[in-house]
Amino acid sequence: MSTLLTRRKFLAGSSVGMAAFALTGCDLPGGSESYRRIIKMAESLTQGTQRLFLSDKALAREFTEADMSPVFKANGTKHPDGEAYARLLETNFSDWRLVVDGMVNKPLSLSLAELKQLPSRTQITRHDCVEGWSAIGKWTGVPLGLLLQTAGLAPDARYAVLHCADKYEKTLDDSGRYYESIDLVDAFHPQTILAYGMNGGTLPVEHGAPLRLRVERHLGYKHAKYLMRIEIVDSFAHLGRGHGGFWEDRGYEWYAGI
Amino acid sequence: MADIIPPGGTRRVLVKRHSISVRVTHWINVICLSFLLLTGLQIFNAHPNLYWGSYGADTDTPFISIGSAVEGSVYRGFARVGGIEVPTTGVLGISSYNGQPQQRAFPSWLTFPGYRDLGAGRNWHFFFAWAFVINGALYWLWGFLSGHFRRDLAPTTEELKPAHIAREIASHAKLRFPKGEEARHYNSLQKLAYLGVIFLLLPLMILTGLSMSPAIDAIAPWLVDLFGGRQSARTIHFIVASLTTGFVVVHLVMVLVSGVWNNLRSMVTGRYAIKLEGPAL
Repeated sequence: MSTLLTRRKFLAGSSVGMAAFALTGCDLPGGSESYRRIIKMAESLTQGTQRLFLSDKALAREFTEADMSPVFKANGTKHPDGEAYARLLETNFSDWRLVVDGMVNKPLSLSLAELKQLPSRTQITRHDCVEGWSAIGKWTGVPLGLLLQTAGLAPDARYAVLHCADKYEKTLDDSGRYYESIDLVDAFHPQTILAYGMNGGTLPVEHGAPLRLRVERHLGYKHAKYLMRIEIVDSFAHLGRGHGGFWEDRGYEWYAGI
Repeated sequence: MADIIPPGGTRRVLVKRHSISVRVTHWINVICLSFLLLTGLQIFNAHPNLYWGSYGADTDTPFISIGSAVEGSVYRGFARVGGIEVPTTGVLGISSYNGQPQQRAFPSWLTFPGYRDLGAGRNWHFFFAWAFVINGALYWLWGFLSGHFRRDLAPTTEELKPAHIAREIASHAKLRFPKGEEARHYNSLQKLAYLGVIFLLLPLMILTGLSMSPAIDAIAPWLVDLFGGRQSARTIHFIVASLTTGFVVVHLVMVLVSGVWNNLRSMVTGRYAIKLEGPAL
């Protein structure tokens, strides 16, 4: 009898552990609210802890030219579809404008030439893709903080949303369009730049011409390419499916520092 | 002892083996490590190549890789370590998913979720990583404060002597395990294995895991350097996970062959049965 009892106790105790194996191969209610809540808890813990140890201005490692990847892998969209982008590319982006609007005192509309006249920063950094690979490249661009200072932020401003020219998921409506969002800590970070130059040349199409974001303390999917507009908001709940970015809307973390 | 064992006789006594802290943290660890392994393999599948150094992507030469190739109409799975290639069709590189062959490094039954979902794999990996770190920190704290590490796990000088260890290896190989009074304590092989996991493998898992985080790169660049760069850290993370899995396999085999119900009872109720012998006739 006592053996039976201990076996039963053991089974009860270990059934949770066994569930780990039993669940393999099965589908999970991935979109359910309780799942989101549990996952969000871990994400908040990660963001809170990392930000606790990470000063707002702490720089990501910068490398030398000798450390650079021989080939920098292009990922995501490598050439945006559609007439609009084709026309911009044809004229070498002379008609392209970056719009900075939303919760700003003075909306901006800047040409590529105007952006290139602003003070720039060049940095050799490591790009870490969420898939696991890394590549080291050299980026030149204008600090995002500089543009935001010029535009002047409303007191309630919390996020910079980056709207892109590419649709990474082919949809009839606009739901497949790439976008991303970062908070103001990252927006004003010294290494957060809008890059128009890569590895000493012009930013190639496959890497996001004419302009892409570099936000070096985050994974690759945060570094939005083919930038068209930067919108300052107090919440991104009304954009896309409400999670703050193309991949965030598809189950990835908004805080991509891990 | 109040009871006297008659000469030549034996008596089975239940001794207190594992404290409640060891038992609770052990089973929480079982859950965490199971999910961490399965979600870790899901994450690995997103880019099944491991490099050495700071960078590494498609055009760079991997140090370890799992992949597949088509020859005519036949799919062939393989694992490569350095220049050595091992055919792994059916398990690694190409395996069956819902009855169809699918190109994936680790098979569905070794990943969580079973289908391909890097986002969900990462979400669960970090959730269980937090649970694992908190559980492990409590265990460490308790282990030092209560004297568990010093009393139960630190080997004595005698136990560290090569002759002693050689003798234990020989009796383990013959599946002869300590009995009676000797079974009240861990043997030296157990002590060394547990210490290796508690103070080397599992802390290395956490540190190499942290080294892959782009924010940690700004917080503690020296940590990333310690492992020789982010891609080296990813490779070491994978190797140490394999070693930890190896430990678990040996641990489970030992649990099975050295008295499975007695071992399980001791990790659930804390009580372990030993046979004490009376004086010789």
